[in-house]
Amino acid sequence: MSINGDWYLILAAALFAIGAVGLLVRRNVLVMFMCIELMLNAANLTFVTFSRMLGDIGGQAVVFFVLVVAAAEVVIGLGIVVTIFRRRVSTTADDLHVLKG
Amino acid sequence: MTAAIVLAAVQTSRATIPDVITFAVAAAVILVGALGVVTSANPVHSALSLVLTLFGVAVLFIEQDAQFLAVVQVIVYAGAIVVLFLFVIMYLGVDRRENIEAEPLRGQRPLAFVLVAIALVGILAMLAAAHWVTGAHAVAGSTTAGGKSNVYLLGKAVFTTYLFAFEATAALLVVAIVGAVMLARRPTNELEDEELESAAGDDESGSGADAGGLPRHGDSDGVDDVPSDAAANAPAHGEARS
Amino acid sequence: MVHAAFLMPLFPLVGFAVLLTLGRRIGDPWAGWIGTAAIGGAFVAACVTFAGLVGEPASTREFTQTFFTWIPVGGLQVKAALYIDPLSMTMCLFITGVSMLIHLYSIGYMKGDRDYSKFFVYLNLFVFSMLVLVLANNLLVTFVGWEGVGVCSYWLISYWFQSESNASAGKKAFIYNRIGDVGFLLAMFLIFSKAGSLDYSVIFAHKDLIGGGVATAAVLLLFLGACGKSAQIPLFNWLPDAMAGPTPVSALIHAATMVTAGVYLLCRVSPILQLSPDADWVIAIVGVSTAFVAMTIATSQQDIKKVLAFSTVSQIGYMILAVGCGAYTAAIFLMVCHAFYKGLLFLGAGSVIHGTEDEQDLKRLGALRKVLPWTFGTFIFGWLAISGIPPFSGFWSKGDVLDNVFAKSPVLWAIGLVTALGTAYYMTRLFYLTFYGKARWREPAPDRPAHHTPHESPWVMRIPLIVLAVLASVAGFIDLPVGGLDFFNTWLDPVFAGSLYNDHEHSLTVWALSVTDAAVAVLGLFIAWRIWRVRADRPEFEPRFLQRVWYWDDAYDAIFGRPGEALARFSATVIEGRIIDGAVNGVGSLVRVTSTKARRFQTGYVRNYALAIALGLALIIAFMVSRVWWS
Repeated sequence: MSINGDWYLILAAALFAIGAVGLLVRRNVLVMFMCIELMLNAANLTFVTFSRMLGDIGGQAVVFFVLVVAAAEVVIGLGIVVTIFRRRVSTTADDLHVLKG
Repeated sequence: MTAAIVLAAVQTSRATIPDVITFAVAAAVILVGALGVVTSANPVHSALSLVLTLFGVAVLFIEQDAQFLAVVQVIVYAGAIVVLFLFVIMYLGVDRRENIEAEPLRGQRPLAFVLVAIALVGILAMLAAAHWVTGAHAVAGSTTAGGKSNVYLLGKAVFTTYLFAFEATAALLVVAIVGAVMLARRPTNELEDEELESAAGDDESGSGADAGGLPRHGDSDGVDDVPSDAAANAPAHGEARS
Repeated sequence: MVHAAFLMPLFPLVGFAVLLTLGRRIGDPWAGWIGTAAIGGAFVAACVTFAGLVGEPASTREFTQTFFTWIPVGGLQVKAALYIDPLSMTMCLFITGVSMLIHLYSIGYMKGDRDYSKFFVYLNLFVFSMLVLVLANNLLVTFVGWEGVGVCSYWLISYWFQSESNASAGKKAFIYNRIGDVGFLLAMFLIFSKAGSLDYSVIFAHKDLIGGGVATAAVLLLFLGACGKSAQIPLFNWLPDAMAGPTPVSALIHAATMVTAGVYLLCRVSPILQLSPDADWVIAIVGVSTAFVAMTIATSQQDIKKVLAFSTVSQIGYMILAVGCGAYTAAIFLMVCHAFYKGLLFLGAGSVIHGTEDEQDLKRLGALRKVLPWTFGTFIFGWLAISGIPPFSGFWSKGDVLDNVFAKSPVLWAIGLVTALGTAYYMTRLFYLTFYGKARWREPAPDRPAHHTPHESPWVMRIPLIVLAVLASVAGFIDLPVGGLDFFNTWLDPVFAGSLYNDHEHSLTVWALSVTDAAVAVLGLFIAWRIWRVRADRPEFEPRFLQRVWYWDDAYDAIFGRPGEALARFSATVIEGRIIDGAVNGVGSLVRVTSTKARRFQTGYVRNYALAIALGLALIIAFMVSRVWWS
């Protein structure tokens, strides 16, 4: 038996916040991707915590699928990143501003 | 102070001291890793910090009786995804340091902190007000029914209750693979003709596929032609035109 | 026989349609003959209808010919119908007759004109509209004809529209008419609101429903319409300017027919006029004032057509005076005779103009009696008739009017008598300056060379002159103030039965008045002959005040013209330019400004967009928290 689930939830929320701030602040595309992964992990942690607190296996099943989807997402995302930044010197998200109004 | 918290944690639940210590250490690892991801200048350092975080999360999974997920987390996330990240970092040659201090976009940093802080506080406030968890118990099957193992229970849930989602994610994976192949594909005929044409006057005609680490003709302008050439003859064209 | 009535307006309408479509190809002179034949057909139809009407006994001499119901809208039922009674029959006869003669005349007068057939198109349409006006059995169809003649008048005045002044004259005529039309429309609304219908028969049957105040208002508004159409004070200024049109137009429209439409309207609604004695006084006073003022102006005009124009205004003033005094028969009698002699005078003037190749200035004519014998010969009859010399028609008709006026008010009679003196004076002046004296056309002037010897008009122009001369002479005998010989009075009796002053005065008074009229006419003739025999240039008898039409046009320009222009300019620049365009452009620039400001959100940076997502997240969570805490 572990400690109260509340603590896990607080931890997951904090992890999510850190990931969000990182996404907004960092310019390197790959680091931004990693921050997205942080946020997904925070969500996973939350799901598992709820699964334990409610005694429901559904939470863990959702984590299962989130994991798969995250993997697929990373594959495609990095593929796009590679394609865009193949010939470039740097990979800052700020270089992509053609849609400026 | 720490002792007081630990004692409080022990008293609020039926947890034992080892549980508390495990949690504390894993939490610390996670937070350190997360901060490392966000604050490292070198992307490789960020990736390694990410691995740290993932391990911490895996420990917490085990702590909460989600053993299968913990293992899968380590294998897939830390073992495959982060490795993929590192491959791409190396391929694109972006392991140089990023200038963290500067922020070209006005107001981005303060606003980011403020908004995320609001969101965080709000989430926690709501959770606290709702006594941390609401919801029905054991909707999709209990976690501890009949002393079966976690793998058994999870597998049962996935292959019966969530079968459709399972199949859909399988299809998703296939689509992802096809997409990845398309994205990574290099053009065939056109590129060869271009190469032959520009071979005479351009030494680097075939070097489009090289990593971006070699200095180019200062070709770092707008993205106009690149996105449209997603899987096409961008490098050679770029060469020919420049 | 009476059923032939519909042919009267039909012939000119067909003529109009034929000439409109084929006229240009038919050309000079056949288009003119077709137009004349159309009106000739209308005249024959009028005679046939007249014969049919005469055949009826006197008490039942009325006939309505309905074609269809034009406006069936609830309480307003307006039929397209003709109403034949002695009054409308009289009008039709002389309208079609005189029109036919003038069409014939125009074949010769307009020969060689560039748009020959267009002239007859408009003339035929005019006759059609005039007949619709006269034959209508309700106010609304009368108004249709009213507007029709107005627009034809506009077209014909500005016939040679290439000249700015001609076009402006047409516009002036139309606008003055329009002001009168407002009165007509308002009167129609008033009458309809009280009597419940616009048909004449229904209105007259229910005329007691129209109370005193409303009746006065309706009569005065109708009179306003009549002033516009018949060129009375205060709306007479358009008629002198209308002389810019070809002379046959002046003869037909602005002497014989259209300008009498106002008088006809007032006679037609005479039962309503009788409801308001106050309005009748107003009508009489305006009529006699107009007659007097126009007479004074005519004494000093230099242009031969302008003299005749002001003379027309003056004569119609007499007719309006008669209407105001309740002497409707006298008004119509004068109208008929006036159509003949004024038409003759205008056509004669046209003959002079045609012969001297467009010389209209009296001071540049003279001694034409030997060169234009036929014109001269017929002109004499017109001159004597209008001056009121017995036994020509003007004497009897004007005398009839003045007799009836005397019975109502000696003051008005006295002014009318003075006007008669003036009429004889200015007509004799015109006659002398044109046909006697020195042949001033032989002398070159600073702005033009001497004329060639004028030539007499062709036969196609002479025949109408002759016919009109005969009519101007004998037309008076249809209504002699002797018991038993007043055929016209008896003829119109069913229409104006119950009108005031239908009876003549005691016969001795009538004799005295007649002798006075004759004496005054001879006196005027004599005075003019003496003055103008000396020499043609006598500025002391042509004061500037009278030449400038009592400065009436200048007054209107200052009171209405300039402020109107200023208002238009203000509207165009301030209201249109700044306010309206400003508002519209303002909306455009508002959009532009806001979009320029809003554009700055589209930075193109993904991280900024992510920040927007974070903002949305924060807002949603804040909202949810507020719900949680406050519930």
